[in-house]
Formats: sequence, C-alpha cells, structure tokens
Amino acid sequence: MADIEINGKVIKARDGAMVIEAADEAGITIPRFCYHEKLSVAASCRMCLVEVEKAPKPLPACATPVTDGMKVWTNSPKALAAQKNVMEFLLINHPLDCPICDQGGECDLQDIAVGYGSDVSRFSEIKRVVRSKDIGPLIATDFTRCIHCTRCVRFGQEIAGVKELGATGRGEHMEIGTYVEKSVGSELSGNIIDLCPVGALTSKPFRFTARPWELGDILSVSPHDCVGSNLVLQTRRNRVMRVVPQANEAINETWISDRDRFSYVGLNSKERLDKPMIKVEDEWREVGWETALERVVKGIRDLINGHGAEQFGTLMSPSSTLEEMYLLQKLTRGLGSANIDHRLRQSDFSDQELLPPFPWLGQEIKQLEKLNAALLVGSNVRKEQPIIAHRLRKAAVSGASVMFVNPVDYSFNFPVAEKLIGNPDRMVRVLAGIAKALLDITGDVAPEGLQVLLENVSVGDTELVVAERLKAAENSTVLLGTLALQSPQLSSLRALSALIAKLSGARFGQLPEGANSSGGWLAGAVPHRGPAGEEAAVAGVNASVMFEHPLRGYLLMGVEPELDTLSPATSVKILEQASFVVLMTPFVSEQMKRYADVILPVSPFSETSGTFVNIEGRWQSFSGAVVPLGESRPAWKVLRVLGNLFDLQGFDYTSSEQVRDELKASCEQIEPSSRVTWRCPTSLDADSTGLQRIGEVPIYAADALVRRSEPLQNTQDAMAAAVYVNESVATGLGLADGDVAQVRQGGDSIWLPVVIDERVADGCVIVPAALAETAGLGAIYGSVDISKN
Amino acid sequence: MTGRNLIDLLTKDSRAEIDRWIAKYPADQKQSAVMAALRIVQEQNEGHLTTELMDAVAQYLQMDPIAVYEVATFYSMYEMKPVGRHKICVCTNISCMLCGSEEIVEHLKKKLGIGFGEVTPDGRFSLKEVECLGACVGAPMFQIGEHYYEHLTTEKVDRILNEID
Ligand code: SF4
Ligand code: FES
Ligand code: FES
Repeated sequence: MADIEINGKVIKARDGAMVIEAADEAGITIPRFCYHEKLSVAASCRMCLVEVEKAPKPLPACATPVTDGMKVWTNSPKALAAQKNVMEFLLINHPLDCPICDQGGECDLQDIAVGYGSDVSRFSEIKRVVRSKDIGPLIATDFTRCIHCTRCVRFGQEIAGVKELGATGRGEHMEIGTYVEKSVGSELSGNIIDLCPVGALTSKPFRFTARPWELGDILSVSPHDCVGSNLVLQTRRNRVMRVVPQANEAINETWISDRDRFSYVGLNSKERLDKPMIKVEDEWREVGWETALERVVKGIRDLINGHGAEQFGTLMSPSSTLEEMYLLQKLTRGLGSANIDHRLRQSDFSDQELLPPFPWLGQEIKQLEKLNAALLVGSNVRKEQPIIAHRLRKAAVSGASVMFVNPVDYSFNFPVAEKLIGNPDRMVRVLAGIAKALLDITGDVAPEGLQVLLENVSVGDTELVVAERLKAAENSTVLLGTLALQSPQLSSLRALSALIAKLSGARFGQLPEGANSSGGWLAGAVPHRGPAGEEAAVAGVNASVMFEHPLRGYLLMGVEPELDTLSPATSVKILEQASFVVLMTPFVSEQMKRYADVILPVSPFSETSGTFVNIEGRWQSFSGAVVPLGESRPAWKVLRVLGNLFDLQGFDYTSSEQVRDELKASCEQIEPSSRVTWRCPTSLDADSTGLQRIGEVPIYAADALVRRSEPLQNTQDAMAAAVYVNESVATGLGLADGDVAQVRQGGDSIWLPVVIDERVADGCVIVPAALAETAGLGAIYGSVDISKN
Repeated sequence: MTGRNLIDLLTKDSRAEIDRWIAKYPADQKQSAVMAALRIVQEQNEGHLTTELMDAVAQYLQMDPIAVYEVATFYSMYEMKPVGRHKICVCTNISCMLCGSEEIVEHLKKKLGIGFGEVTPDGRFSLKEVECLGACVGAPMFQIGEHYYEHLTTEKVDRILNEID
C-alpha cells in the first residue's frame, strides 16, 4: 500500500495502481477518454493530465503509477490548463453538431467539453472527414466523430479475442476500421457501442429513435442463456427501445452478448399476439379472456373426464420464469397429471433419477477465470453461453489448458490446449479413454461395471494428455455442454464426465440451454420430481415421450414446437392429432393456428415480473419494464386464474413474489450439488449407422424472441440452413460446395444447399436445428442420408 | 466459415527469408517479424502489397489480418498500389525545402509527366513525396531503391535518371 495525497486528501492506494484508479476509488473525478478499467492502458488521449509534485510537466493519471508520498492535484491551475488544452485539440477535428449525433446526451466528449472546453473554437481551418464504414447490422459507424481512443480496438484484441477493428494509417490519416469492408463477427461486438466515448459507434437498431434523457431504466435479467446477465431495459412510452448491460462483477462484469443486447427488437415483432383467440369450427376468433379461459377449462375437463388425466401433458420453454414453471406444474399436478417437462430438446432421460436437485455449474461463474484446466464435453460455449466463454478465455490467456471433446472443431476466441474432435457417437468412447487413463494414473478402482467395458478401450495420446492435465491442475473443472445435453448418449456422457471430474479432482458442472433450466428443476417442471426436488408421488412422462406417443391434450407455454423440440416434424404431427391443444405464447404463427385450439397471449420477459435461477443457483428476480401489449397478460397471472377456475387449492397469489417466496421456502434446504449417482453405461458404442446428423442450434435461433430479432438474423452468426460437411465426406457423396442436396432422416426429407466446412468431423454433417427450413426433419441427432437427387 | 489457405502465395524464397527473421525472436512472438515479412513480400510482388498478400503474411505469422494492415498502412515504405520499377522518394521536409526541393519536384514531374503517387506509362518510374530521410547535410535529396542521391540539381537529376534503365 502506498500513501498518496490527491487534492490534499490522503489516500491509501494499492501498490502498482495508477493514479486514476486511486482517484476513482476515492471518488475524485479525473476526465478520461481512452482509459477503461477493463482494458489495457493506452494513454493516448491525454485528457487525464494531472499535476504531480516534482514532475515538471503534467502527467497522464491513467499511466502514472502511485508511489509512496506522491502528491497529485487534479484541478490545480496547471492541471486544468493542461486538460483544457487537450480538450481544444480534441475538438479541432471533431464535428460540433451534437444535435444531429445519436450519442448526444450520453457522450463523454460532450460532457467533458462542458467542463473543460472553451466557448469559441480558435481553429478556422478545414476539419478532417472520414468515410463511415459498414461493419454489419448491429453497429452504426460515424468515424468522423472518432477521437482515436482505441477502446474499440483494444476490446477486440483483449476481451472479444478477435481483433477485427484496427487503426490504419497514421497521424492525420489514421482511421479506425476493418480496412477491408467487412462485418465484425464477434458475439460480444455490441459492447464497443458502450465503450466508444463519442458517437463514432452507436447501436444501429436504436439509431435516431430516442434520446437518452427520454428513456426510463428498468433492471432485468437476460432470458437467453443460463448465465443470467444483468440488463437494463431502456423504455419510452411503453416500449423497450434499447438494452444495455448492468454491471455485475460476479456474473457479466460490464459486458453482455449481442444476443442479450439486440434480441429486444423481437419484442415488437408483427407476430406478437395481443388478444386471446379460440378456434370455432376451424375459424379463428378473437375473444375476451373470460371466453378463452372458459374454453380452456372446458376442453381440459372434458378430456380428463373422458380419458383420464394421464392423457394431458404440459410443456414449457426452459426460458420461462420460475414462477411460471412452478404454477404450471402445480396446475398440471393439481389436475392429476404428472406429464410436465421443460427439457424440450433432450433425448436421453435414462439417468434423470440419479441427478442432483438442479443442474449446476459446480462453481461460481467468476471462479472460472481462475481455472488451471477445463474440459468441455459437447459444447460450443462461445456461441451458446458467450459470457462463460469470456471467463474461460481469461483463464486460457493466463495459461490454463482449456480442452474440448466435440463433434465439430468449433473455433474459439481463446487458445485451445487439446481437442478431441470426432463423430458424436464416438464421444462416449473418448471419455472412456480419458477415464481409463485417469484410473491408471490414480490407481483407483473403476466404479462398478466399468472395468469390463474399459477392457477394449485404448487410450490415445491426446486422451492421456487431457487426463494428465486435468489431474495435474490444482483448480480444474469438467463441464457438460449444451450439445452433450441433447445427445442420445447423454446418460453415458454424463456418467463418464462426472467420473473424470471425480478421478481428477475437478469440479463437475453443466451448461444447459435456456435461461432457467436450473429453475425448471427447482420448480418441479420435470415429470419425476416435484418442487424443491421432492420425489413425485406418481411420475409422468417426459417431453420426448409426450411428442412420440400422442396424448389427447397439451398445454404449451412459451414453446414453438415446430422449432423448439427434439423432432419438430413429429411434434407438429402429434399436436395436429391431439384433440385439444392450448398455447400460451407471446407470438403466434400460421403454423400454430393449424394445431392449436386456444391461443392465449402471454407476456415476454420484458412485460412480466419473475425470477430466473442461473447456472450458479443464483435467484435473480426482475420486474416488468413495460405494461403488457394489448390484452396479453403475464403468464403467472393467467395460470393463477386457471388454477382458480379449476377450483384448485392454493392459487390465491396476489403477486409473483408470493409465488416465488412459497417455492423459495421449500427450497431452503437445497444445497447446489454436482453429484451424479454412478450407473455404468450399458455400452460405449451407439447402435447408429451411416452419416450422423449434428443438429446444432445456431446462437440466434435459440428461442422465440431471438429468432424474431431482425438485426441478429442479418449477422454472420445467424447460420444459414444448409448441410455442412467436410470436403472428403462431400466428395464421397458426390457433392460440391453450393450443390443442392436431399437430406433424408427417418421418413422425412428436405432439400438444402451444401456448404463445405472443414470443422465438421468425418462421418457426420451439421444440419442446424431450430430453423424453419430444417423443421421438416427428425431428431437433432440421428442417422441421415444425403444425396444429390 | 473455413479460411482459405493463403500461405502458398508466399514464394519459397520469401518464406525462407521470413523464417530467418522469425528465428530472431522468441518462439511465441512470431509477429515481431511482421515488418521484415512485409518488406520481403513487397519485393516479391514488384514493390507493392495487396490485401491477399497481407492476409498471407497474417496467416504465416498467426496474426489477425487487421494487425498486419495496421503496420502496412502506418509506415510509408509499404506500397498499397503498384509502383514503377524505380520508386523515386523525394524529400520535401524542412532542410530539403530550404535547399530547393520544390524545384526538383517540379522538374521531376515535368520530366516524367506524372505526379506524386503515379507511375510512368512504361512502368519505369514512380514518384513519392517523403518526409526527412535523415540526410539533411546533402539536401535536397531523393532516394531510389537503396541509394541516396544528394545535393540534387536539375542537371544531376537528368543524369541520374538517364543512367538507370
Ligand atoms: S470508434 Fe470510438 S472507441 Fe473506437 S477509437 Fe474511435 S472514439 Fe474510440
Ligand atoms: S485517459 Fe489517460 S491518456 Fe487517455
Ligand atoms: S529534410 Fe530532407 S533529408 Fe532531412
């Protein structure tokens, strides 16, 4: 610790801290443009000049380390003169047209100019003009306004891990840009909008639609992934105009992914439903809530009375709120059915009794950056949970070995120490190899049943290295990713991953899809367990069974079965056959109208209060930012009314907080855990034949809201519907890049363009799921046939 | 999706030469060889760089392409457009200016029929304005290839240009 004095105030500062950090901590403001606490120090703008005792000239506070006994003045005549002069220089080339600049009102340059600028400009020459570049659908550029602080450049290099923007040319000719016209492709790119201190980088979808002082700020939580990034929804006249991050060091720091930032555009989609609708003799009619709910009650009652409650099932999006999930399962169970699920894309449920109370990361998110080694199984973490990837990146750049067992050689924004890429069917065998290597290293006895299976497993070099690195690391983790959680061999993958973690002393964790999978388990939105992990008295059937063996009636909440389920084509067929289908959804499509009988408009996350439990087990509640659109209503209120209409007990809530607190009280005893009770896989091999489909869910197709955000759909990351194969597989099939091929899976077939993609392993193809064009196919994993005609 | 392999654009000789530079730096700091690599590749390509060649350098040194563009556009010795067989770099900075560089420039422009940044139709010469080359004692001066020509007069310029092919 160093004792320093700033403006006469004595301060204790951390050794090695810069003066600006010490001042910030003490609440003393020093103007700055290039300095940012999360980025390296560039010291290029000179706005932070301060007077330091014994220094002949003012020094930049952002690049001057504190020393014991140092005396600093931030507002002495000398410091002020320096700051004013820097300001004058900065304004020389900066346009003075704030009224037509989108940054006006939230511009650091504007604010600081008010404090340090002079009233008249002495510069009468011609200002520099820089052509603006098109860097994609998310970020608008106005490079004439750029003051060359290089925050955006450093962000790309240091945080996003892909340097896409740079400063080309020099002096008067220096320009920020990509040099060759191209879109920036990082999934975190929107953060440079917040970083840019001027109006050079602004949000394209938000541009020129509102002024910052017109916006109201409401805190919220991301509805897209299990991270639970904290958001600020900025609203005006009952409309979400923009989304920006809310800093939370424990979760998202100061960043959010582009998905969290730009998905709000979908909230105002034309497909939003604003009135309840019922089908009367094949005609859709808009009706009042009372009529619609009566119809729901009658429909479900008739069905249950006629065929039994087991003929009724409910399914919900894993991004539903905790309150919604809890009430829907309470309603379902109250009606005598236990057919409840939120695991819409899961295909192997055989280990569900062996699992801990809810899927958990095994650690806190912020601990990830301290790891020495990590093994991710079946995960494209960079696109699935971008903020988790950011933490892993921090670990990797400071030397951690981040390793993958994956069906696709995904590109990551950090160095990958080891990777085992192969056909998805082989993943179990690969894990068995790693486990075998670990058993050899530790001398432990294989858990029951495994020894026999391991006999014909050979340990490859990479498997051995992975085992050694995990074992040697002091602080390590094994994470089961979203792709693995959708695999038909999930239970084997999970058992072996957990075993590897145990043998190597690593923490075991999972990365499920949706914003609230952890909440789904806690709320009892699974057929075999009630709220708080209680064993269910009668177990119901899971999502995949419900879509395979038709029930007579379904209630779906926040689900678009034609995109959000394991086998969309089958799901839709089953729903068409059902005698009564109720949808609770913010959006309506023509397809829904074909199989539904009642469609109830419910609120998306921005219009309801609720809670998401993130993957750390953190309960984060939020309130609605705007009032529900038209006659749509928060789903928890609809469920409460339904509970009452069915004369069920315990539906007298007056607020969503009451619902949450009721569940919370019963969850008091639950400790997060990663313990997976061992059950030996029956075999290490899948009985599949032929080409294997990998139905990965593209980042911007993950849920109903993000699919309706047009700017996100225009990015590179919005994967085109195609068959992605590597060159040698394509040649074997007689296919070339750009061909149109027929893809057959089970009895279904569709035509798709072929894209040669060397990331895909031999023996498999990527045919993305959750896209309208591929919805006609079967399960997201499985054998496919591909041919030219 | 999958980046094209551009390394083949670098000739075998260029690669050998770049490797020699890479060897001078620690193994994990290949990018330190970027300036040398750009010079070598520029020579290979008759004196100028193209985006593809810069991308090839980026791949070879495992850098982000934009980082290579930054270096290439920062220094004045890298050319982004075709140049003549002989690139005449005329200094117009203070000492040269005081000693008559304006007249030299005028003379060159008239004689070659081109302005700064242009190439003669026969591809022999191109003209470039540069800042102080550290040869103020010999002002006015210009540089062609690796040679400095100092104390220039219009006659001397004529002689020099006649002597080189
Ligand atoms: S665009 Fe903005 S963030 Fe980037 S260098 Fe210019 S002023 Fe700084
Ligand atoms: S903030 Fe210190 S030089 Fe820019
Ligand atoms: S000014 Fe021309 S060489 Fe120095």
